[in-house]
Amino acid sequence: MSQSGQAIQSSDWETVVGLEVHCELRTQTKLFCGCRNAFGDEPNTNVCPVCLGLPGSLPVLNEQAVEYALRIGAALRCRAQRSLFHRKNYFYPDMPKDYQISQYDVPINIGGWLELPSGKRIGIVRAHMEEDTGKTTHIGGGGRIHQAGHSLVDYNRAGVPLVEIVSEPDMRSADEAREYVEELRAVLVAAGATDGKMEEGSLRVDCNVSVRPQGSTDLGTRCEIKNMNSLRSLARAVAYEAERQIELISNGGRVDQETRHWDEADARTHSMRSKEEAFDYRYFPEPDLVVLDPGPEWVAAVAASQPILPAERRARVAGAAGVPASSEAVATVVRLELDGIIGAAVMANADAALALRRLANEVAGELAEGDKGALDADAFIGLVLMEQQGELTSAQARTVLKVLVAEGGDPKVIAVRLGFEVMAAGALAEVVDQVIAANQREWARYAGGDDKLAGFFIGKIKAATGGNADLRAATQLLQQRRAAQEA
Amino acid sequence: MTSVVEMAAAVRRGELSAVAIIEQHLSRIDQDEADIHAFNLVMADHARARAAEVDGMVARGEDPGALAGVPVALKDLICTRGTPTTCSSRILEGWVPPYDATVVSRLTEAGAVFVGKTNMDEFAMGSSTENSAFGPTRNPRDLSRVPGGSSGGSAAAVAAGFAAIALGSDTGGSIRQPAALCGVVGVKPTYGMVSRYGLVAFASSLDQIGPFATSVADAALALDTISGHDEADSTSLPTDSARARENLGRGVEGLRVGVIAELAGAEGIAPDVAARIREAAEALAASGAKVEETSVPAVRYGLSAYYMIAPAEASSNLARYDGVRYGLRKPGADITEMYMATRSAGFGPEVKRRIMLGTYVLSAGYYDAYYGKSQKVRTLIIRDFEEAYRSFDVLLSPTAPTTAFELGTKTSDPLTMYLSDICTIPSNLAGHPAISVPFGTGDDGLPVGAQVLAPAAGEPVMFQVAEVLEAAAAAKGGGR
Repeated sequence: MSQSGQAIQSSDWETVVGLEVHCELRTQTKLFCGCRNAFGDEPNTNVCPVCLGLPGSLPVLNEQAVEYALRIGAALRCRAQRSLFHRKNYFYPDMPKDYQISQYDVPINIGGWLELPSGKRIGIVRAHMEEDTGKTTHIGGGGRIHQAGHSLVDYNRAGVPLVEIVSEPDMRSADEAREYVEELRAVLVAAGATDGKMEEGSLRVDCNVSVRPQGSTDLGTRCEIKNMNSLRSLARAVAYEAERQIELISNGGRVDQETRHWDEADARTHSMRSKEEAFDYRYFPEPDLVVLDPGPEWVAAVAASQPILPAERRARVAGAAGVPASSEAVATVVRLELDGIIGAAVMANADAALALRRLANEVAGELAEGDKGALDADAFIGLVLMEQQGELTSAQARTVLKVLVAEGGDPKVIAVRLGFEVMAAGALAEVVDQVIAANQREWARYAGGDDKLAGFFIGKIKAATGGNADLRAATQLLQQRRAAQEA
Repeated sequence: MTSVVEMAAAVRRGELSAVAIIEQHLSRIDQDEADIHAFNLVMADHARARAAEVDGMVARGEDPGALAGVPVALKDLICTRGTPTTCSSRILEGWVPPYDATVVSRLTEAGAVFVGKTNMDEFAMGSSTENSAFGPTRNPRDLSRVPGGSSGGSAAAVAAGFAAIALGSDTGGSIRQPAALCGVVGVKPTYGMVSRYGLVAFASSLDQIGPFATSVADAALALDTISGHDEADSTSLPTDSARARENLGRGVEGLRVGVIAELAGAEGIAPDVAARIREAAEALAASGAKVEETSVPAVRYGLSAYYMIAPAEASSNLARYDGVRYGLRKPGADITEMYMATRSAGFGPEVKRRIMLGTYVLSAGYYDAYYGKSQKVRTLIIRDFEEAYRSFDVLLSPTAPTTAFELGTKTSDPLTMYLSDICTIPSNLAGHPAISVPFGTGDDGLPVGAQVLAPAAGEPVMFQVAEVLEAAAAAKGGGR
């Protein structure tokens, strides 16, 4: 089915993405020994015979790590089961035993799903436990092991507990892949299992990308992409790889199953190893550990202590504000962990929909990612109340909010400082009557039903008050005067 | 020779000095070690200092423990803090463990005195102690013969009077077969009875540490001292001890003993060995046991399954000897060449053979046919043993098919060498305990071992029967 002669049309193709996310658990100690699990300590200080794989040492499973793995499974709606550890055998200097203890065909969690803010559910194949490797720094040779002059290995990370979450190939774009990782991260953090710090490697993502003609239900040949260090590089790598494959196929080529390396500087993927060169890991059951069977009681206890997850928080916000749970404003507010303010607003009889709009638009825009939660909820709600009661125009409220987010403080004080004198209802009525008296011809037309003239009067009122009028109140007054005249 | 039980009791009472005991053993070592080569390292200074410490405790009125002043030799794959542990391999050159194995801590707490680290087949792979990087050990009963293996150094150390107790490890018979060939008692405990923490792994699902001694009672005391749950070993049983001494002195009246037909008279079992086992069975019957021949059909496949499972696990366990962190390192142009140069130089031929075999067994596409099938055989063996133990309290077989053979006679033919373990392997595959007790001699005048097998955690009845066999052998005058 040659496509030669036709222009390459990306829109004729569908991108298919599945992700493997490695999540470091925030246990006190490592997976199989009592060494401290900490990031950033002096190299090779958190080590012992077990995590260094010294001859004669044996692993003992960390119960807290199992608890976190179960919590992750529960949060991803997986089924927990009696599971096994296997050895994954390959040589690498940062792996002390030259095998990794991992779970293979009988993992602790299987078959769940993660709901994205869009409402789409991404299938979860499994969420299994394994140990992390050490960290190698290759000196010279462009940072690759075979060209390096020498390499330094830090075994502090060796044996740190990981849960690897493998998705179904359910994502259809780079953005969706990114959305999945963002949502997954929020769920893992909510479950208390990880700190979710991508920059410290607490969350590491590999992706499988394939393409297929739009409408096809068969999966194309996939490539696995490694070495993406941020959400941004994930999205870029997926987009690049999909384009590469589309172009390859469109030019009569064929995608080979292989592992590819994302090069951030080059913004391209490079072939690392082909399917033929793939390691034979020689998995077999780890004889130094016994079967891991959490049992129904432990699983039930974890289910009972399940924290509130982002999807439920979105539903709550959506319910309070009367908007769809899939709306972007809801997702933004929950992602920035501002949804508690919506709940507080409802309790304070503030307009939840207005609060949501202000949080999703103005506050989200102002808040830098790292400063979330810095907004004073009471002050914010006070401001929403001022706006909804007509003490401030929406333009004024937005200006006050900007100051509130940047500097904090009392919205009433800020409003005064900005010269947003709140006009008493009586004073406004006086201005309205003066404007009507001064513009009798226009008034007659407005009173006769020509609504276009409302804008004319509002403009006059605005000018007469120096912009300090509550325009909604002014509009109401105009309507009242017209109704009185008709009566 | 005084028994360990009496020796420790005398030291604890202050009637015998630990220093005197150790000097006596060190002088035996001075005299005979050059011929026998039981040790990779004799820890003479450490032993003397430790013995003085034990005597000091007694003098201060403290109790050094159940093995007070008892000289103990350790197979050189049991980790000793601050003392090299070589596994008789070049690859561990220069490595000194920073920690003690659990059995070492337990023996220390019990007042034992370590004499040295004993020679072995490299990484416990072999049945003659000829696969040592440091040269073979010779059988104290006949220096032209092998001591068996892989724990040949430990067996020889006890047989030669270099130590009162020695620890070995048994993956397919590595304690029992050398015990039989050297004419001492050797015990492979129930899997999980003795902590493996600090035992350098050969095949993790089969390895078990156990004692050598000159008597059943001494072996029982040693086993009770080192056994019991250890939280550092996940496969450790939730029990306080093997209770090996629980049934001693009770005789075998009324016990049911099954002689394993597949092992007792099978092809490859030397006629003189088969004759001694018949006599052992008769001796038990004469002591009041109900003895019958029985069948455990699946044991015939034990050897084949073992030579899939053990190398498979070994190929993984020995991957860590890569020159990166400790031991030997041979330079290479890049990491892969460094790995290859190091492992080529560091491992001997038998270890390389088993790593290749195990790597092949686990390879994609072969796993089910080899490793998977072998695990099924393992299940069958367990099932057949369970069936047998419905009718019998213990089972009886030869320990080894022949008496000690001459050095160099089997080294060129690995398969013949592998057959040395045909009677001992089934217990490892099943995880069951077994003991080898000297029972007379073969036509060449060298010791024959009778093996008593018991179900999991069946150490009490196993030692009970072994003790009666020991007495019967002594009565015949053909014992040690």
